[in-house]
Amino acid sequence: MSQLTCDDVSLGYEGRAVTEHLTFRVDPGDYLCVVGENGAGKSTLIRALLGLKAPMSGTISTGDGLQPNEIGYLPQQTVVQRDFPASVKEIVQSGCLNKVGRRPFYGKEARALAQRQIERMGIAHLQNRCYRELSGGQQQRVLLARALCATGKMLLLDEPVAGLDPKVTKEMYELISRLNKEDGITIIMVSHDIAAAVKYATHILHVSHTPLFFGTKEDYLKTDIGKAFTDAAGGDEI
Amino acid sequence: MTNTFATLAQYFQYPFVKNALIVGVLIALCSSLLGVTLVLKRLSFIGDGLSHVAFGAMSVAAVVSAAPAATLIVPVVIAGGFLIKGKRLRAVRIAVACGLLAAILFVWKFPATAPSFSNAAQWFSKLIEQHQMVLIIPVTIAAAIALLMGGKNRKIKGDASLAMLSVGALGLGYLIVNRFSTSGNISGDVCTTLFGSTSILTLSKFDVWLCIIMSVVVIGVFIALYNRIFAVTFDETFTTATGVNASAYNLVIAIVTAVIIVLAMKLVGSLLISALVIFPALSAMRVFKSFQSVVICSAAVSVVCSVVGILASILWSTPVGSTIVAIDIAVFLIFTLIGLTKGNKSFTIKKNAETANQTERIA
Repeated sequence: MSQLTCDDVSLGYEGRAVTEHLTFRVDPGDYLCVVGENGAGKSTLIRALLGLKAPMSGTISTGDGLQPNEIGYLPQQTVVQRDFPASVKEIVQSGCLNKVGRRPFYGKEARALAQRQIERMGIAHLQNRCYRELSGGQQQRVLLARALCATGKMLLLDEPVAGLDPKVTKEMYELISRLNKEDGITIIMVSHDIAAAVKYATHILHVSHTPLFFGTKEDYLKTDIGKAFTDAAGGDEI
Repeated sequence: MTNTFATLAQYFQYPFVKNALIVGVLIALCSSLLGVTLVLKRLSFIGDGLSHVAFGAMSVAAVVSAAPAATLIVPVVIAGGFLIKGKRLRAVRIAVACGLLAAILFVWKFPATAPSFSNAAQWFSKLIEQHQMVLIIPVTIAAAIALLMGGKNRKIKGDASLAMLSVGALGLGYLIVNRFSTSGNISGDVCTTLFGSTSILTLSKFDVWLCIIMSVVVIGVFIALYNRIFAVTFDETFTTATGVNASAYNLVIAIVTAVIIVLAMKLVGSLLISALVIFPALSAMRVFKSFQSVVICSAAVSVVCSVVGILASILWSTPVGSTIVAIDIAVFLIFTLIGLTKGNKSFTIKKNAETANQTERIA
């Protein structure tokens, strides 16, 4: 059984569909990359997968022991977050909120979980630093640690390398890939970066107003769209 | 110096001075706790807007207590709120409008046949006369919920709706007071509500107890929900996605904000409330880097400023609200200087890194 299944889903605002007839499924351990142009409905799809927005038609369902609130989410950075006075520890711990139930404070387990994720992301030396003083790559690691506190099963990453320099971008991709391969965490990544998608992902979903493609990476490379994109991106290896 | 202390000691024999200090400290504490969240949620102006709504409600309360017939204003306002808000429930809105019109016409045409109306109105007006808060708090809470919860689908967005509500309530409130009030000193009354010049020194026992209870509730709620408030403020989307009911916590924040604003009106008046909400938080953010330290520092700054302000205003007989605000501003400037000297180095490095990053991206 798949962890996440989208069956003929249409998404949109106020009756106008942005994207229609999305059908795909994500199995445990998959690395799905969602690519497509601006305005093709990628962010709307994310909101729908997170349960923040109901689809206009079709169903999105989770299975294989995955609860709808167990999708860890790495958002695109917002302006508010960038100047927020918060320490790394505080932010990572806030990812444990769905585990504390009705208790007002984080228990020993939640704190230990946060600590493990901080170490896993290699940011233990930064844990008492202020978030806004970190570099872009470090900030992403903090948010990734927070997402891992919320789930150990599936991560949804929204443009995780936007605004990072090439070296940090590569490190970030390696990190995500390690989480996928070594820890078996299912990854769904939204990205503009087709070259990286092709390099790291196992499956590709190419959305436009209707889905142009869903399948494995190997099949994607054989299609015309895949070829067109890889040709365009092939010149400058990002 | 001994002279100053002697004067203060003498003043403290009066219960109203003690009351003012108790209420001042509690209000300062509550408003600064919430201020951090409001500033970070980009809602610094909500204090201003809500206090103007509270001012409008207060003028309605003044009129209602003077003339029971004016009680009609209350259902009209509530129904008006129903009519304006939301696209859904169209049937409910039409029903409310029709019912209201029918009721008004009925009472208008047959005043004699509606003694129950007039009894209810008189009872309500008595209640309002004794405790204006009964009317002001619910109205302000409703406005806060409408502003904070209204969400993304409204026609008039964030700052515009806030500005509209704020000036609208202020203008209509003054109009109502000016036209219907029976008091002999209208401009004095208005000045007091706007700048809180003397009302802090004329607190009734009921006011003091209400303030103490409300403050304890607010502080309790804040501590109990501290981690959730942090999460919702830092990243609402993530918090919702992990199955936490963020909008419920936003609702709590809205209600608590409204309660604090109404209480704080007594202290600094409705024009100066924003200062109480934002200055301590902004001062703390200059120097401290984690949410917890900012909250604690902001609370400490706020309490100290209020105590000093109240004492200073007693000693030099200056208006309480403006004195507190002046001290808040001074502390903000000092904290800004500390922040600059302390964090200057890392700040410049970060700025440079950012510019470098941007140039790289453009290239």
